[in-house]
Amino acid sequence: MKKFLAVASMVALMAGCASTPTEESKATVEDRTPSTAVQPPPGITTVTPTAPRADQNASVLKDPNNILSKRSIYYDYDKYDVKDEYKPLLQAHARYLSQNRNAKMLIQGNCDERGSREYNIALGQKRADGIKKMLTLMGVQEIQVESVSLGEEKPRCTEATEACYSQNRRGDMLYGGEY
Amino acid sequence: MRYFLAAIGLLLALACGSAQAQLSIEITGGGANQIPIGVLRFVGEEVLGQRISDIVEADLQRSGRFRMLFSGNVDPLPSEVAQVNFGDWKNRNADALVIGSVVRLADGRYEARFRLLDVPKQNQIGGVAFTLTAQQVRATAHRIADFIYEKLTGDRGVFSTRIAYVVKQGPRYELQIADADGVGAQTALASREPIMSPAWSPDGTRLAYVSFENKKPVVYAHSLVSGQRQVVANFKGSNSAPAWSADGRQLAVVLSKDGGSQIYLIGADGSNPRRLTNSSSIDTEPYFAPDGQSIYFTSDRGGSPQIYRMNVGGGEVARISFDGSYNVSPRVSHDGKTLIYIARDGGRFQLKALDLASKQTQVLTDGQHDESPSFAPNGKMILYATQAGGRGSLAAVSSDGRVKQRLSVQAADVREPAWGPFINN
Repeated sequence: MKKFLAVASMVALMAGCASTPTEESKATVEDRTPSTAVQPPPGITTVTPTAPRADQNASVLKDPNNILSKRSIYYDYDKYDVKDEYKPLLQAHARYLSQNRNAKMLIQGNCDERGSREYNIALGQKRADGIKKMLTLMGVQEIQVESVSLGEEKPRCTEATEACYSQNRRGDMLYGGEY
Repeated sequence: MRYFLAAIGLLLALACGSAQAQLSIEITGGGANQIPIGVLRFVGEEVLGQRISDIVEADLQRSGRFRMLFSGNVDPLPSEVAQVNFGDWKNRNADALVIGSVVRLADGRYEARFRLLDVPKQNQIGGVAFTLTAQQVRATAHRIADFIYEKLTGDRGVFSTRIAYVVKQGPRYELQIADADGVGAQTALASREPIMSPAWSPDGTRLAYVSFENKKPVVYAHSLVSGQRQVVANFKGSNSAPAWSADGRQLAVVLSKDGGSQIYLIGADGSNPRRLTNSSSIDTEPYFAPDGQSIYFTSDRGGSPQIYRMNVGGGEVARISFDGSYNVSPRVSHDGKTLIYIARDGGRFQLKALDLASKQTQVLTDGQHDESPSFAPNGKMILYATQAGGRGSLAAVSSDGRVKQRLSVQAADVREPAWGPFINN
């Protein structure tokens, strides 16, 4: 209240100095031509996701009886280390990539929805990078593999339960033509 | 170009914009020392189709810094100082009164005049006359509210500013821009893949953001003037977390091209990426201090995600947050005095403010999943994302934690708010 009065009286004083009995008629008349920033955007930019490239995959990658059809690795909360149980899976994919030097893989790291979206991009990246590093240590050429993060943006499961969160803390391995 | 770009005409954009349910705002709590003010209907304002005085009143009320006095029973309405019954308003403990008038001009436009009056002193604090078209009623009302707010509080008003946010409806993501009161939403970008981290350029003409339309995070800069956009960073790996430098020429971004998530400085046109951090840890969420010389960021170099500060020119890195095991998403107020961030406490994620001089912290929100805070350009309000009824929604809180607002859109998930800068015109 005191602050208001102080400000108000100061402003009133200043206004008093400048004002004349016809102050209102001398009040600034502004042409309201809105600046570019207040105009609506000129149109909607619509983007369509890239279409998958033609499927060049060997059927071994899709055969449910082949370990290569398994593509996901799951993590504990806030963790990015690959658990031992997934090492045979990575070895199988490393072998496939080493034997098929033209094959390309995209590794997508994912997180559950808790926490900062951007921090989760970095956490998902750490997960994807960990898989990539392990594959290259197993003999895969680095150029065959790209590791990226989807953070918490593409959840497989959308309920706020631990069962759901554990499905979303995941690294996915996709071959060319699958993304 | 691997993505398909389509600019649809303005008419369609407007049609789409008006078809969407707008943000509705609900206010809870009240500020301390609210200024009692009466906003009278403007004489003749009916010709505009909507009342300027209603919009001004709603703006002032939403700020939490005014106590609105009932003003619907004044007859006849004054438009001149001499016509005001000051004694009556003094009896109602009014500190300030707003009167005004609207007339139609010969060229079809309108003139709206208002006066802000000091009731105890029975004189005029200020007044402005605007020439406007019927489409500029809201913009004019926001300008009037800005004038009143600044004269009475000493702080610049933000009613004429805009906000950006992401709406997810089914499989569709839209980057939308609306007035600060949530009205007039327009879609700048529509995609079937996620959009996140919108950031306003300092002049308010561009938005940088992260889009997943290429199945991975890529940073774009989108002109709101032309609708054209440009790739800022599309390197191997992930590209994210754009933050503008004060001059609008560069962005701090997070790239994983050299291994790990590290902070780089890059031209707004994608030129000259220069690495700023060099760690084997996660370094992300850069945010420029207002002086442009230092950058606040999130890093897990100490074993848990915490907030740090580094100089743009290099040199030592200082840890800023200490309490708790998860402190992320730093943003600095425009005066450089207050740092806000998201802190995990137990299983809850809440907005905290840190006074950088005294090191005092204050929890500002009480949600479970509060995230993505954004200061209003006057530093008095903070917009953030929260969850309500299983859906994402936006909320705002005053920087002292006293005034709270909830902004919601029917049947849609709203997230990733960013409050735009002051508009100079």
